[in-house]
Amino acid sequence: MIKITTSDRYNITPLRSLMTNVFSLAAGLLVVSMIFLVAGVNPFYAISEIFLGSFGSFYGLKETLTKAIPLILIGAGLTLAFRAKFWNIGAEGQLLMGAIFSTWTGLTFGESLPPYLIVPLMFLSGFIGGALWGIIPAILKIKYSINEVISTLMLNYICADFLTMLIVGPWKGNTRFGFPGTNNLPESAILGVIPGSRIHYSTLILAIICAIILCVVVYKTRFGYETRVVGENPDAGKYAGINFLKTSLIIMAISGGLAGFAGVGEIAGIHHYLGYPASISSGYGFTAIIVAWLAKLNPLYAIISGIFFAGILVGGDAIQISLGLPAATVEIVNGTLLIFLIMGDYFLNNTLNIRFSTK
Amino acid sequence: MRDICKSFHGIHANRDINLHVKSGEILGLLGENGAGKTTLMNILYGLYQPDSGQIKINGSPIRISNPVESITHGIGMVHQHFMLIQNHSVLENIALGYKDTPFFFPKVKLRKRVEEFSKQFDFKMDLDQRVWQLSAGEQQRIEIIKALLNGADLLILDEPTSVLTPVEIKELISILRQMKAEGHMIIFISHKLDEIMDICDRVTVLQKGQIVGHADTADTDKKALARMMVGRDVVFNIDKEKLTPGKRILSVQDIHVTGDKGMPAVKGISFELFENEIFGIAGVAGNGQRELAEAITGIRKINSGSVWMNGKDITNKSPRHIYDNGVSHVPEERIRFGIAPGLFLYDNAILKQHHLKKFSKRYFLKYSQVKNHTKTIISDFKVATHSINNQIRNLSGGNIQKLILGREISEQPRLLVASHPTYGLDVGATQFLREHLLELRKQGSSVLLFSEDLEEIFALCDRVAVIFAGEFMGILNSDDKRLSDIGLMMAGSKESVSI
Repeated sequence: MIKITTSDRYNITPLRSLMTNVFSLAAGLLVVSMIFLVAGVNPFYAISEIFLGSFGSFYGLKETLTKAIPLILIGAGLTLAFRAKFWNIGAEGQLLMGAIFSTWTGLTFGESLPPYLIVPLMFLSGFIGGALWGIIPAILKIKYSINEVISTLMLNYICADFLTMLIVGPWKGNTRFGFPGTNNLPESAILGVIPGSRIHYSTLILAIICAIILCVVVYKTRFGYETRVVGENPDAGKYAGINFLKTSLIIMAISGGLAGFAGVGEIAGIHHYLGYPASISSGYGFTAIIVAWLAKLNPLYAIISGIFFAGILVGGDAIQISLGLPAATVEIVNGTLLIFLIMGDYFLNNTLNIRFSTK
Repeated sequence: MRDICKSFHGIHANRDINLHVKSGEILGLLGENGAGKTTLMNILYGLYQPDSGQIKINGSPIRISNPVESITHGIGMVHQHFMLIQNHSVLENIALGYKDTPFFFPKVKLRKRVEEFSKQFDFKMDLDQRVWQLSAGEQQRIEIIKALLNGADLLILDEPTSVLTPVEIKELISILRQMKAEGHMIIFISHKLDEIMDICDRVTVLQKGQIVGHADTADTDKKALARMMVGRDVVFNIDKEKLTPGKRILSVQDIHVTGDKGMPAVKGISFELFENEIFGIAGVAGNGQRELAEAITGIRKINSGSVWMNGKDITNKSPRHIYDNGVSHVPEERIRFGIAPGLFLYDNAILKQHHLKKFSKRYFLKYSQVKNHTKTIISDFKVATHSINNQIRNLSGGNIQKLILGREISEQPRLLVASHPTYGLDVGATQFLREHLLELRKQGSSVLLFSEDLEEIFALCDRVAVIFAGEFMGILNSDDKRLSDIGLMMAGSKESVSI
């Protein structure tokens, strides 16, 4: 009989941490390969197509960076929430709320204000929108102990349907015949892109700055310290006199606000109008969960892991075209990798002792 | 049970224990907390494996590797904390643990069995009630029925009375007597002398994992048992300077606090603390000490009554507010409250002080100061670690304790609330800590010391209160004649307190 017991691992070195991630990703890709095999596709070809499609060509690289923008923003925000063990699954809704708020600002004031005023205003209103949507579950959790996983997840749907209601109803543009959506934002409210690409550079710069600032916040400030204490041990936080409500509200305002920024970027940088939820965000709020996890909850690493997962998204599109696989394939790839990363974390924090007994 | 030994991380929880129970007998197992009573019973029930030794039933050795096997050998256990599913009905809970529960329609068949049983032992209960609606005593009865239905000849009760009201205790005792009359064996774990004397036929006293005495309850008295349990005659130890108490620092007035289980844990305690004074609270764990300490330091809500610090009302203020008024706290549950396990040593070294000017400037923490502070604590309190860039969960319990103590003492509190501060420390560190507490006292602070270790209480304290079931049995000065009866007071014997 084989007896397997686990115990805590104490000597976690950065190298071991890195290697665990590498092995987890490799193991995840192995399982992904099997899925490809079942679908009748050569897995080596498929996986190489994914990475060639995203990082191997100039066009792919441009697309990858474009999609990395929301992932970095949301991923960095999620690292903060996850550090406090606040499981924010609602970044998708927070992104959409940011998009709604900024579209309103853009459509209302865009005509009369110059770009250097309207763009910051749109970012501000997007942040407020996302933050509000993030604060609701925080209040529910602290005041009424309602599980934040459920509330954030459900708020996603509420926001998506609210948005749909707006664009088929009151906000429906008079220039859009037939299909729902608002009018296009005025010229002044549209973000500049790097010529020949869709990279709205102002949001990209904002994303990187946010990640860096958050890194400083987490590791150098009192607030970051309190966040980490609350996440590590809420009872110790209570003992240390940390105000839970205040801390959670700020955490979720930041986490939701950054998702709101991402919503602004998508609207003002790419779509230029508010359309169906699924067209504004192709599940960035969920993919960013993996981004944050792969970044080991370090906001700075979210830049790298954001680009990596953007690559997988773009590569997924590429194999959809070149191999004729369904669009959901890339979600399978993402989900599989997340499961393996989480499993890897377990083996990083625990050691296995396998004993063979005679009985 | 023969020669049972069990150790955890090199500490003997049980050493060379020999125990036997005859049918139709109630054996009491008496000892202070941490004496190894529960460990021993968990071995018997199959939750732990002994490192060495043997268990025999009816003369033949058996091996019990899990609770299912112990149930088939006729051993049942009622844990201190009930293992019931709160949202299920009584009957469903019984069905869950019953070995002959049929797969389909389990309730119909079982209902008859249970009703017969209830009649036999004169239990009154509604089988369709949900468990969460029941009192602790009723829940305990379900556990007993579960064990009996599974054919338990030997029933282990782990501190069964700790959650019961006095009426329920009486009912329990009559149930136990009846079981005894029908030939069941019972092992009754307790640290309350009155109950042991009342219920048991024989008593075995454990101390620090070893058996220190056996007695028939008929041939002994509470005083002798108390002495056996505490393990020494009380010696009073004065090697501290005489200091006259100064101004009043803390005043606690008639506070009532509810415990984790929703039962009143502190019932109307009042006392005052002065400068240059160490005030000890002696008592067996679980009599309201933890709740009292948490109430004073702001972690637990005070239902009624008030706490004053230096003339300011700190009743139900936030822990930080209370800390800023000069109250430090070494919590009893150090791992639960005292540290954030995944953070570094230096993070943990400022857990309660990080908002002070010393360590933070506007929104930023001054990590260089923090690290220096940590290094000072580590060298002063001899915390064994290779680096301050080390997650605190890598440290042993004793070293964590030293760090917490260093953190709480280094800021020169006006009042230090210390719960079992030397628990888990080696001799050298204990001595060092005691000197520190006396030093605090000399500097005009006061210390509220919770301890089960009487030697420690006598060595340090100017006054001692004995707490039992959430009440003070009395407050004694260090020259009080009644000190020799402290063991009895800790066991809740009120008659010896009468003056």
